[in-house]
Amino acid sequence: MNLPKVSSNPHIRSFADTRLIMFTVVLSLVPALGYGIYNFGPRALLVTLCCILTCVLSELFMELILKRKIRISDFSACVTGLLIALNLPVSIPLWEAALGCIFAIVVVRELFGGLGKNFMNPALAGRCFLIISFPSAMTDFVTDAYTGATPLAVLKSGGAVDVKSMFFGSVPGTIGETSVLMLLIGAALLILTGVIDLWIPGSYILSFAIFVCIFGSHGFDPAYLSAHLAGGGLMLGAFFMATDYVTRPVSKKGQVIFGIFLGIMTGIFRLFGPSAEGVSYAIILGNCIVPLIDKFTVPVPFGISPSEFRKGGRK
Amino acid sequence: MAKFSFVGGVHPFDGKDLSKSKSIIDAQPSGELIFPLSQHIGAPAKPLVQKGDTVLRGQMIAEAGGFVSAPVYSSVSGKVKSIEKRRVATGDMVESIIISNDGLYNEVEYEPCDDWTKLSREEIISRIAKAGIVGMGGAGFPTSVKLSPKNPEAIDYIIANCAECEPYLTSDYRRMIENGDELCEGLRIMLSLFEGSHGILAVEDNKPDCIAHLKKLIKKDNIISVKELKTKYPQGAERMLIYATTGRKVNSKMLPADVGCIVNNVDTICAIYNAVVKGKPLMERIITVTGDAVKDPRNYRVPCGMTYSELIGINGGFKEEPAKIICGGPMMGFAMVSTDVPVTKTSTALLAFLEDPVSSSETTPCINCSRCTYACPAGLVPGRLSDMVEHFDNESFVANGGMECCECGCCSFVCPAKKPLTQNIKTMRKQELANRKK
Ligand code: SF4
Ligand code: SF4
Repeated sequence: MNLPKVSSNPHIRSFADTRLIMFTVVLSLVPALGYGIYNFGPRALLVTLCCILTCVLSELFMELILKRKIRISDFSACVTGLLIALNLPVSIPLWEAALGCIFAIVVVRELFGGLGKNFMNPALAGRCFLIISFPSAMTDFVTDAYTGATPLAVLKSGGAVDVKSMFFGSVPGTIGETSVLMLLIGAALLILTGVIDLWIPGSYILSFAIFVCIFGSHGFDPAYLSAHLAGGGLMLGAFFMATDYVTRPVSKKGQVIFGIFLGIMTGIFRLFGPSAEGVSYAIILGNCIVPLIDKFTVPVPFGISPSEFRKGGRK
Repeated sequence: MAKFSFVGGVHPFDGKDLSKSKSIIDAQPSGELIFPLSQHIGAPAKPLVQKGDTVLRGQMIAEAGGFVSAPVYSSVSGKVKSIEKRRVATGDMVESIIISNDGLYNEVEYEPCDDWTKLSREEIISRIAKAGIVGMGGAGFPTSVKLSPKNPEAIDYIIANCAECEPYLTSDYRRMIENGDELCEGLRIMLSLFEGSHGILAVEDNKPDCIAHLKKLIKKDNIISVKELKTKYPQGAERMLIYATTGRKVNSKMLPADVGCIVNNVDTICAIYNAVVKGKPLMERIITVTGDAVKDPRNYRVPCGMTYSELIGINGGFKEEPAKIICGGPMMGFAMVSTDVPVTKTSTALLAFLEDPVSSSETTPCINCSRCTYACPAGLVPGRLSDMVEHFDNESFVANGGMECCECGCCSFVCPAKKPLTQNIKTMRKQELANRKK
């Protein structure tokens, strides 16, 4: 007779697992990727496949040499690869793209302990690594279709941009950042399936908008503001990268503080920094202060006074 | 009307439709009955009978072993076969009185009371104590002790826990529908013990028929009200229930009485009615038998002492061999290896499932998704606490509020990495509590 199994309570489990969540994220990025391929041609697909493959293989390699359990089927490396690809210009040499992916997985993720242990968003770390190593290839947005600068660069130099084409995405930029519409469709999927909520993206975008209104020297100018919101991967960053579970604060309160911090930093980088962009750096910087935010916003147990709890002692 | 609730919680599949619509029927045991002497928190009861004695249904077979203790009654007539250690649902071996049932159900004479309002406070409490009533929601704390707090004048709310938030369980639901009058009368009896107190019937809003029914029954009472709670697990957990109904907060070091509340569950209150009005001791309870491995999911009125295996036999046996058998609800019950254990005062349900999602899901690394934090009704960060447990870090565990966990199971339920969070936290809590006793 088979004895019935025993285990501690609870005896039921929710339906969602890590794999399903990661798969949903992949799915939510498909519209943006699709538009990238349409906008920049089949090479966009090639770059993306190269990134995904490199990420998955690097994970496999690291798990083999570190003798960890093989978990490449959980789609997490796939998400990292996809995010890196969407953050690259379509003309990037494939070997450079691959190098960024290897850096993201091997150094940022696996060496820090694997899935769930990294303190920085691996995709963004990979991107920043590439920007520092290959600045010209990473900022070369000239393709057959587009010869001009990115809308944000135009905006920075005081030129006028077409907000409508920024919304739909027919502008130069990285593979996945140009179409606000497609990114929002993906974000809606994530929100509706409960994978992310609006605390971080909401506070991020709102605080950034307010920052731009105050310091952008245009006052409240809807055209200027929407150009800022639509440009430079803000949507990609706010919905898909700042919300990364591993590198965000644990409580909702902490997440709002995190979002506001990102909004302000992005504003500073964009308006006062030498480059037109700022989302990636802002998020990476934000990741670094997450432990600090967590320290002050960790939830207080039910029925205990916050001051007593923070003093560090419930006995 | 505004719905009352708490922060956190989860919404598991409720499975109540399986057994909800069928009325309660009596389960008649035929074999031997097992009466553990410790079915409550506190000192074990002391046997009053010896091997070979004849006992009647309703006869006290063991008396309270101290102030915090409760007597045990036989639920059948027959002969005492032996007094020995037997296994109970939690897996422990407990000294028990074994009675072989003669099938005659000869009963003792009870002492009913036609008008309980004439009884004094002391008389009511002594009737409750004598009847062996304990908290029947699972904890098993002697009710007479609960009703004698240090400062009775501070008690202003008596809350009837009619939430029944555990998935699959419908015993309280059936009780409210079928014995709603007993429930309300029992609540009135308790209210009479505390001058100026108010009664609250706290029901989750997935039972609109109960809410309507109870509202009708209390129409004439002006100190009892029905509160509709949002349907969410663990709405019926004592601390969450008090918060949802009164806005007061209780932590692990406090008793509900410290904030002027006393909480009792449906079966307990019905038992109080039976004890005070009919003079009947606590010797049976309503058990939900359900799950996808059960032939005829429904509720039974089961004499305490009957074994679960006999109960399943009455139900027609399992459809197929179950992968998991649970005593209690799926969120907080215990898994059982054997069904040859007795139904006790604190049993609530027998669940049998063909599949066990726990053993079939693999644990993966935590992805820090915060789902456990959002779900934890005690406001903890279960993922981190569980890490501390894995690193044997008792100090951080305590400093981060680990002792506040109410073991509700929400964190393990939601975790996409399928980590055994509740189990880890529970283990360390037990350890800590044991250390403190030393
Ligand atoms: S930590 Fe405890 S109280 Fe919080 S969800 Fe887990 S089991 Fe429930
Ligand atoms: S729910 Fe599980 S995976 Fe998510 S933070 Fe908690 S422990 Fe980690």
